[in-house]
Formats: sequence, C-alpha cells, structure tokens
Amino acid sequence: MEKRVVFRSAWLPYALVAPQITITIVFFFWPAVQAGWYSFQLQDAFGERTQFVGLANFAALFRDANYLESFKITALFSALVAGLGIAISLLLAAMADRVIRGALAYRTLLIWPYAVAPAVAGVLWLFLFAPSIGIVTFALRALGIHWDWVLQGDQAMLLVVIAATWKQISYNFLFFLAGLQSIPKSLIEAAAIDGAGPGRRFWTIVFPLLSPTAFFLLVVNVVYAFFETFGVIDATTQGGPAGATQILVYKVYYDGVKAADLGGSSAQSVILMAIVIALTVVQFRYIERKVQY
Amino acid sequence: MIERRPGLTVFAHAVLIAGILVVAFPLYVTFVASTHTLDEILKVPMPLLPGDQLWENYSTALSTGTTRGVTTGPVGRMMLNSLVVALAIAFGKIAISIIASFAIVFFRFPLRNFFFWMIFVTLMLPVEVRIIPTFKVVADLGMINSYVGLTLPLIASATATFLFRQFFLTVPEELAEAARIDGAGPMRFFWDVVLPLSKTSIAALFVIQFIYGWNQYLWPLLITTDESMATAVIGIKRQINTGDALTEWHLVMATAVLALLPPALVVVLMQRWFVKGLVETEK
Repeated sequence: MEKRVVFRSAWLPYALVAPQITITIVFFFWPAVQAGWYSFQLQDAFGERTQFVGLANFAALFRDANYLESFKITALFSALVAGLGIAISLLLAAMADRVIRGALAYRTLLIWPYAVAPAVAGVLWLFLFAPSIGIVTFALRALGIHWDWVLQGDQAMLLVVIAATWKQISYNFLFFLAGLQSIPKSLIEAAAIDGAGPGRRFWTIVFPLLSPTAFFLLVVNVVYAFFETFGVIDATTQGGPAGATQILVYKVYYDGVKAADLGGSSAQSVILMAIVIALTVVQFRYIERKVQY
Repeated sequence: MIERRPGLTVFAHAVLIAGILVVAFPLYVTFVASTHTLDEILKVPMPLLPGDQLWENYSTALSTGTTRGVTTGPVGRMMLNSLVVALAIAFGKIAISIIASFAIVFFRFPLRNFFFWMIFVTLMLPVEVRIIPTFKVVADLGMINSYVGLTLPLIASATATFLFRQFFLTVPEELAEAARIDGAGPMRFFWDVVLPLSKTSIAALFVIQFIYGWNQYLWPLLITTDESMATAVIGIKRQINTGDALTEWHLVMATAVLALLPPALVVVLMQRWFVKGLVETEK
C-alpha cells in the first residue's frame, strides 16, 4: 500500500530519518560488525596483541563441553518457560472469557506483573525461596522437602523458571483473552445447540481458532526466555550452581565481561545473532500470512 | 453466556481467584517483609502480617539505602535516575520514530526502502547479542556513567517505527491533498494534521516504552560503574549480598516495592493504552 499523494523535497526526508538512522548505524550496525570481526580474532590476556585466527573461536566453542551444556540448558529453560507460561495463561484466559461479573477486576489483577522488571521478579522469588529464611523454603521443609537451590542445580533451574514464567503470564493472558474475544459467538452457539458441552467446544472449536495466537506466543516466549530473562538469572542464580542455569545469553555476558574472553564471547554473540534472525524470520513469515492489511 | 451452568461459573471464578492469589503472593510477602525489622524477617518463619516499620524502612531506603555489607547509595537517587532514563527512552523513541515513519510514508526519495530495511533489521540485533562491542562504542564516545550513554543507544526502535508507519498508511490521502492545495508545507501538515491524529498511538507507545525503559537491566549494569548513576532495578541487585546473613532484606524489599510501583501504576492506571500498545506493537 503506497500513498499516491506525497510531498516533495530534496533534503527534508533525509533530515527526518537522520536521527533514527544515525543511532542505528552507530549503536547497532557498527557493534554488530565488530562482534563479527572480533569473533575471528584471538586476543592475548593483556589485550595488547590480536591475531587473526579464522574460525578457531567457533571450533573451540563447539568442542567446549560447557558451551554445549549451555545450549541444552537454554533449550530446557525456554521449553519450560514457554510451555508453562502458555498453558497457565490459556487456562486463566479461558476462565476470564467465561465470567461476566468482575471481568475487568480480574484482568487488572492479572496483568500487573508485566510491569515488573525481570531482575525484580527474580529478587521477589529469590526471597521466597531463600535457603535459610524463605517462607516457601520453610513450608517445603514442613512437607519434608529439602530445598537448597544454592547447591542443587535442578532446584535452581526450577527457581528461575518460576520467576521467569510468573512475569510472562500477564502478557500471554492478554493475547489469549483478545484471541478468545474475537472468536464469533455464533460458532460457539451453533455447537451448543448441536449438544456440544463446554469442554468439547473448547477443544474442537476454540482451541483450533486460537492456535495462531498460541503459535505467535510460542515464538515471543522463546525469544523472551532466550534474551530478556538475563535479569532473572543475574539477580538470582548467576548461572550457578556449577553452570546449571547458565543460559546462552548469560554465558556471552560472563565470558565477555567477567572472564574478558573477547574472541570467544564475540563468537557466541554471532551464533546468538543467527538464532535471533531465524526466530524473527519465523515470526514475520507467519505474521505476513495472518495479518491482512 | 451460551448456557446456564452455575457449577462451571463458580469453577471459573475459583480458578481466577486462585490465579490472582498465586500471582500476588510474592508481592504480598515482599510488602510484608518491607514493613518489619530485619530481626523479624530473619525469624523462621517470618511474620505474614504487615508490621509497624513501614515508614522507617521506606525512609531509610529512600534517603540512605543499605549500609551493611555493600553501600549502594540512597534509593531516592536511583528512582530519579530510573525516571529520567524511562522518560528519555519513551520520548526519544517516539520522537525519532514518528519523524522517520513520516518521511518514509509521505515522501518519495531515493534509498527510502533501504532506510526502512535498515530500521527493520535492528529488530534482529538486541543488546544482549552485541554486549561488548556496543559497550566499547559507548566508552569510546565518553558516554559511560551518563544519562546519554544510558538512553541514546536504546532509543532506536523498529517496533515504534512500524507502528507509526502502519498508522500513517491509514491516514486518508485526501487530508494530505487538502493540505497541499491550501498551501501547507510538509512540516505544517505534520504538526497540524498528522501529530493530532496520532495521539492515541503515541499514548499507547508511551506506556509500553516507559515500562521498557524503567525495566532495563543489562545495559545500565554495563554502563554505570558509578553508584550515583545506577537505576532502581540495578540498585536492588547490588543490595543483595551472597549469603542471606549480610543482606538487609527489609531494605531490599522496600527497594523492590519502590522499583516496581511506578511501572505497575502506569499499567494499572493507563490500562486501556497499555493493552492497545501491547497488541499493536506486536503486529
């Protein structure tokens, strides 16, 4: 869709796009190119000399057991965050779509966690699950469960999954609710007249019609789990214990900032960029098909 | 409602109430903890009803911050930093995106599509994947520990540009035609026609971008070494010591409540714009 009526000026449009384009070049393209360039280099410990090493950094990464482990951890973490978040919010949205009384109050009380920063969400759950003073730790002990995520990797994973999912439920909930409300009531009524109960109607009519929303949310949630949960991890487990919650983004940060391994960290950045590009392409190809302008 | 099923309605309410309780539980415990003395919190189990230290804890946090273990500076200062950063990012993003999309929609000029694609591609380059090179660029420009360094690299926005572009494409061509016939130049048309029409989109974007700016974590963590430039979200992390014993949890919890209150209020009070912004920026 193009405008037929346009303005003409030799310089004005360039002046208008200049701020956006300048920032994009200086803070996006130039660093991305540099990340690519560093990924082919090896720097000595003092940062004085650099050597071009070709693909050696990448080869080293894929031989590194820690890095491969980090891939597995990220896959598990994103699957849990996306799966749990989508399942819980779908349940809540289906219920919220049913009730008439208090619908707005329910919505308001369910959407506020969206506003909580991932790092703050991490701190809230960290406090509940703190090994010595946490109130949930206390309750679990009363049930005979020994809880100490500082030492046990799977419990640390559970903690970051809970914190990350908690923050994301409100986002998924809003999209599912909007999706549910856009389903024509006549379809549901027709099914009801034919004698289909609420459960049957949900699985044979509502759920298939919601699947585009669910797929969209799946991509968004995976992107969220990959990148935005950095704050959750850094505020709680910091990748520990023994790398049990070290997702890929945290490893890029740790290797680059804490361990000062410029080449290795940049090579990881390049791999992550490839993952983001793939995810964005999937998202947009699908949206192109769904949204008609 | 299709049919009357009181049982199912009761069940729906029960599930929603359970959901709300689970979602609110961490916030409630945090609030309770922020109203007790440290000794009270360290008792296991900690009390589950609010105490009487609300005023003391919050005023200590705001004016001095934590002092045991690590000193992090007053939370009041962090809140101010967060506010400046969030507002600068929200307004900056809206300002540069609206003029860029105005140029892309209402002008024909060489490289127009190229510029649009350049902006589009930034979607694929989140800060997280270019941490160190971006930090180097900002350090070379001398922007470490400054508001400019905290905000400028984050105000390029593909989503905001898309949103405005989509909206501008729906502005009737007759308006531009009429403006031209009446002798208005492009900037006059922008100020008197396009901007007033964009009010709702701007409000919706503002809510989303304010929250985005307030909740930034990785970037301020890298760019602020000076504690007086730290934002509230970063401050909390710095207040927590490893090991539960040294952490002044009552102040940390007060800081957490302070840090999440402004964006939460924005979401709840501007709910209409928030929902609109969320749904539209994701298209």
